[in-house]
Amino acid sequence: MTMKQCLLALCAGIATVCAAQAGAVTLTIATVNNGDMIRMQKLAGEFTRQHSDIELRWVTLEENLLRQRVTIDVATQGGQYDVVTVGNYEVPIWAAQDWLVPLEDLGEDFARDDLLPAIDDSLSHDGKLYAAPFYAESALTMYRTDLFERAGLAMPESPTWKFIRKAAERITDRENGVYGICLRGKAGWGENMAFVSTLAHSWGARWFDMQWRPQLQSRGWQAAVSFYVDLLKKYGPPGASTNGFNENLALFQAGKCGMWIDASVAAAFVSDPRQSTVSDDVGFALFPSRGTLENHGNWLWAWSFVIPSASENIEAAKSFVAWATGKSYMQLVAAESGWADVPPGTRQSLYSSAEYRQAAPFAGIVLQAIEAANTRHPSEQAVPYVGGNFVSIAPYQGIGTVVGQQISAAVAGQISTRQALANAQYIAEREMTRARYLD
Amino acid sequence: MARASDNRHKLLVTSVAWVVALAIFFPILWTVLTSFKTEGAAVAIPPQFLFFDWTTQNYAEVWARTDYLRHFTNSVVISVGSSLLGLFIAIPAAWSLAFSPTRRTRGVLMWMLSTKMLPAVGVLVPIYLLFKSAGLLDTRTGLVIVLMLSNLPIMVWMLFTYFKEIPRDILEAARMDGATPGRELLYILAPMALPGIASTLLLNVILAWNESFWTLNLTAASTGSLTAFIASFSAPEGLFYAKLSAASTLAIAPIVVLGWLSQKQLVRGLTFGAVK
Repeated sequence: MTMKQCLLALCAGIATVCAAQAGAVTLTIATVNNGDMIRMQKLAGEFTRQHSDIELRWVTLEENLLRQRVTIDVATQGGQYDVVTVGNYEVPIWAAQDWLVPLEDLGEDFARDDLLPAIDDSLSHDGKLYAAPFYAESALTMYRTDLFERAGLAMPESPTWKFIRKAAERITDRENGVYGICLRGKAGWGENMAFVSTLAHSWGARWFDMQWRPQLQSRGWQAAVSFYVDLLKKYGPPGASTNGFNENLALFQAGKCGMWIDASVAAAFVSDPRQSTVSDDVGFALFPSRGTLENHGNWLWAWSFVIPSASENIEAAKSFVAWATGKSYMQLVAAESGWADVPPGTRQSLYSSAEYRQAAPFAGIVLQAIEAANTRHPSEQAVPYVGGNFVSIAPYQGIGTVVGQQISAAVAGQISTRQALANAQYIAEREMTRARYLD
Repeated sequence: MARASDNRHKLLVTSVAWVVALAIFFPILWTVLTSFKTEGAAVAIPPQFLFFDWTTQNYAEVWARTDYLRHFTNSVVISVGSSLLGLFIAIPAAWSLAFSPTRRTRGVLMWMLSTKMLPAVGVLVPIYLLFKSAGLLDTRTGLVIVLMLSNLPIMVWMLFTYFKEIPRDILEAARMDGATPGRELLYILAPMALPGIASTLLLNVILAWNESFWTLNLTAASTGSLTAFIASFSAPEGLFYAKLSAASTLAIAPIVVLGWLSQKQLVRGLTFGAVK
């Protein structure tokens, strides 16, 4: 081979590599740290095998950090991320700002008509789907069947708050470290306020009237929050005002809680014998209602993928979103790690699968809870907002967190319930005025 | 009698010092212990101190799930780079403030310090937009600049304090011998203030290493430092305490070792001029 031929061959080689590099797309995906997302990252090799021209880069962050980080990027059109994981709180707000790409053409495998109607509705804006749900949850009552049996109690499938109070009283055995009920008390819009907001809605209360005036001193809020504070003080574990999801999960798994009312994702954790000491003695019921009112509070949360409109790789991002949230992905997870690990709460076909129902005995009640959630009408009273465990307006993160701090202080016994709600009302009015919802 | 009382006093002071030291060190010890537990044992009630099934599984999972070396390299480049660049600006600044004071020197120093009192989040959006326009988002250069700027007031203050202790006569003598300001800085001031400069550098490396606000908000997938590495193991729904502890141990280990090795210089520098 002559020197000229060698040089030509070298140039051809370099050109081929450059062409391949030029055709390659790198997707930056921002996501949260939870079991389902980590599993998806492990299985993503299957996607890159199918799409050899797409490379995936992950940014995994804690939920609140992720929210802060991606909100700035999406709002400033920073274009740092091609796919972002958000909840149904953000989707309607961001879609209304034209920050998101509509997901109308994700292909056959995505099958939008297979999505649970409540989930589809919560991720749509003006009828267009802006987010593809990865997994979703409502809230459930989890309880210890052995303690209930011993106390001569039978949990109804749809309990009332009155029954919950009675059961908590009967089960509490402080001497042996068993507390009747564990609930979120740690301040935060996604912590105690997810529960308290759902509780208040189930009590017939609402956050705002039709003119966006806060209603936190209404009779409904007073009754609901007084009930919650009293329940935790009398039958809750010590330090309940600082307990969030993880603290209560640890308490329940250690056999310290008679009941725990929280996100349905916990059902899989408390039933897992590798983690839970009480996995054989757990029963499930719906989130309680007030009895006369058939409203279970309308807790609905869906971790979903959105594509920011500033992304430069929209088509590749759509391919990834369609793969990660499509029907085939469920089959892939089932084949690789079993049906119990399939991301729950998004598809009708999952709940009609006999294998899934067998692997996840709580599937029926989770489906019932999700289907019962009506985020467009969370309260018996007319409301101007969408939500249930939150209110889908931009100022809510701030309002929810500050109101949560007041209610947490009431649980800790630092202020009275009445004072907490008076402070909360003042703060909410101030923030709504600043956000120009009120004059 | 007086000697016995003296011994009792010494014993008391030593005991109190040990208790305080252990109280400060306990969270680190607990993090390290938790990193060797299973997730179940990590949240066991009552907590398990030493008698649990020790496992290195968390380290294996953390290592397999994330690219530790990339995060580590980013942390080294960002913290050392921002500290060196900061020194380059802070030494001349502190020199002029210490040896050529004016009636505004005190005001300038206070103004510099006051920039540290502004919550970083207050300037996040403007800085984000500036970085976006300059193409500095998710780059090491951008982080080196922003961390250098955020630590610069501390560097100037520390160096100003050290320089104030150096007799002006020595510098004046050098000037009389014809030294230019550059040579005066390089050959007279720098060697005399070396312990102070070293401790300023070390302290700022530690501050930049631990900085989490800017390193989390201005990075994406390429330049995340070890703070982003830790943040990727935190979760509000699900128990990841053991893995989070393993990630934290891996993240703090290099800086703890550095602090341990350089503690003599660090203490010497920090106490420089403190006792007259």
